[in-house]
Amino acid sequence: MSGTENAAPYAPVLVGKRREELEAILKRYPTKMAALLPALWMIQDERGWVPNEGIEEVAAALGLTPAYVKGVISFYTMYHQHPVGRHFVQVCTTSPCGACGAEDVVKAFLEHTGCKELGLTSPDGKYTVIEVECLGACGFPTPVMINAEFLESVTPERVPSILAQLK
Amino acid sequence: MGYPHKPHAKEALVLSQHFGDPDARSLSGWKKRGGYQALEKALGMAPADIVNVVKASGLRGRGGAGFPTGVKWSFMKPGDGKPHYLCCNADESEPGTFKDREIMRWTPHALVEGCAIGSHAIGAETCYIYIRGEFTEPLVRMEAALKEAYDAGILGANAMGTGKRIDIYVHKGAGAYICGEETALMESIEGKRGNPRIKPPFPAVSGVFGKPTTINNVETLAAVPHILMRGAEWYSKLTLSNPKSMGTKLFSVCGNVARPGNYEVVLGFPFKDFLYDLCGGPPPGRKFRAIIPGGSSVPIQTMEEAEATLMDYEGFVAQGTMLGSGGVIIFDDAQNLPRMMARIARFYAHESCGQCTQCREGTAWMTKILERIVAGHGTYEDLDTIFDMSDNMTGRTICVLSDSCAAPVVSAIKKFRGDFEKLIPKKQGTVAVAAD
Repeated sequence: MSGTENAAPYAPVLVGKRREELEAILKRYPTKMAALLPALWMIQDERGWVPNEGIEEVAAALGLTPAYVKGVISFYTMYHQHPVGRHFVQVCTTSPCGACGAEDVVKAFLEHTGCKELGLTSPDGKYTVIEVECLGACGFPTPVMINAEFLESVTPERVPSILAQLK
Repeated sequence: MGYPHKPHAKEALVLSQHFGDPDARSLSGWKKRGGYQALEKALGMAPADIVNVVKASGLRGRGGAGFPTGVKWSFMKPGDGKPHYLCCNADESEPGTFKDREIMRWTPHALVEGCAIGSHAIGAETCYIYIRGEFTEPLVRMEAALKEAYDAGILGANAMGTGKRIDIYVHKGAGAYICGEETALMESIEGKRGNPRIKPPFPAVSGVFGKPTTINNVETLAAVPHILMRGAEWYSKLTLSNPKSMGTKLFSVCGNVARPGNYEVVLGFPFKDFLYDLCGGPPPGRKFRAIIPGGSSVPIQTMEEAEATLMDYEGFVAQGTMLGSGGVIIFDDAQNLPRMMARIARFYAHESCGQCTQCREGTAWMTKILERIVAGHGTYEDLDTIFDMSDNMTGRTICVLSDSCAAPVVSAIKKFRGDFEKLIPKKQGTVAVAAD
């Protein structure tokens, strides 16, 4: 169902400490539905993406249908609906950064990660590189997010050392 | 300050006074710098009095719309028996704008304090700070500041021992520019796709969870403690020209410029002075060519217009654009303007929620046309098509994303038409020859 036939069976996320966290979050809102984005972040933070089983788990916890949850996920850019490389590289190329050489940073990442194309995971499974829209750091071109890490003032020259420091 | 540069003598450091000072982040550091005195004062005031102070100060929304904040707060009717909500819009995604993240990562308690005062003023016990998911550091700083504030009894069921409840929570976004639109922000808090709502009903009548809600930008709320401590009159006198625009504004400067960064100046400041003195002028060997001064959603300016501008709401309008979010995007004479416009249109096409046909189709179509022009396969009719489309995309949709796409593109074609025509192949008879 989740497209990774050889993967281990899905281990529930919303148990133990995470369940307590969710219960606390539910107290913040008058509806269960409002805890959807926080709950999806929990799934993705633990599993690296939101598999169908994760969708079902969140839906059950919040009294929503899986179809509804999927509809919400598909709207937001940051939730992954498929597994991605261990290091998910997002380079801002919107015009303020585009005017400051962002496209060269993209090329450098593609070259040094071995990713053949934007959006395709590298053969060793380590990297996926995509372009993203404005990251809100326009004065420090080019900003790059690698998973949750936010880097600024990235130039093509810095790319090899940035990648070398990733596990 | 022109963070990360040293403060310029002509800046007015109100909100940015502690940028770059790690000690200001903590509760103790913030209190040392006068923090939470404003909140203490506010909690001893009647909400209506706080609203009047903010009204008198002339503070206008700093997110882009410039709506008078005190007036917006006064829309929240007290004693209606319904829970009221304050939402802080920290979704900062307007290209060229990067000021709210600095407020949150250097002075998180300033925002906590502003949100608490705002909540009390509008009769809200709950405030959601909607922070975009990409803002890793601001998220960490705001959560830490909130924890400190709760632990110290500043927030919670008994805020500062007054018996009033003030709860402030961070709600993390997940990558959607449109969730910076106030009704889409509310939809996103409710756990839905970020589709803007049609107005009316306005948020003060029916907002988040259908209850009366006020949405304010980070920079707006961060100004409130200063206004309470130093007085509405002090704030209303912070102006260099226009009596309708008071206070200071953080302008985020980026693109082809010597010193990009955030600069805080009094409204009405001369733009020419700002660009060439404070920001250091163009990069070495280059000249400024065009500026989009309000984040990307406003008309582009020629340098002639920009150099005649006074930096306030009315001043930018007088010179063919808008103040917007104050994200100053500068292009020099080496930039391919049509290519920049194509990329800007692509941004809007990506971020369109898809509800309204003119926006969904128009932003995508505009992008395709512009990319075709940049690639050398454009026609003169393409430019007319863009003008025609933009007419349908302006003032006819649920929200203004499509207006925001049309504004920079159409103004760029009108003001820099030669740049676009240069890329269009000329026809001789029925045979098209390559562009010069």
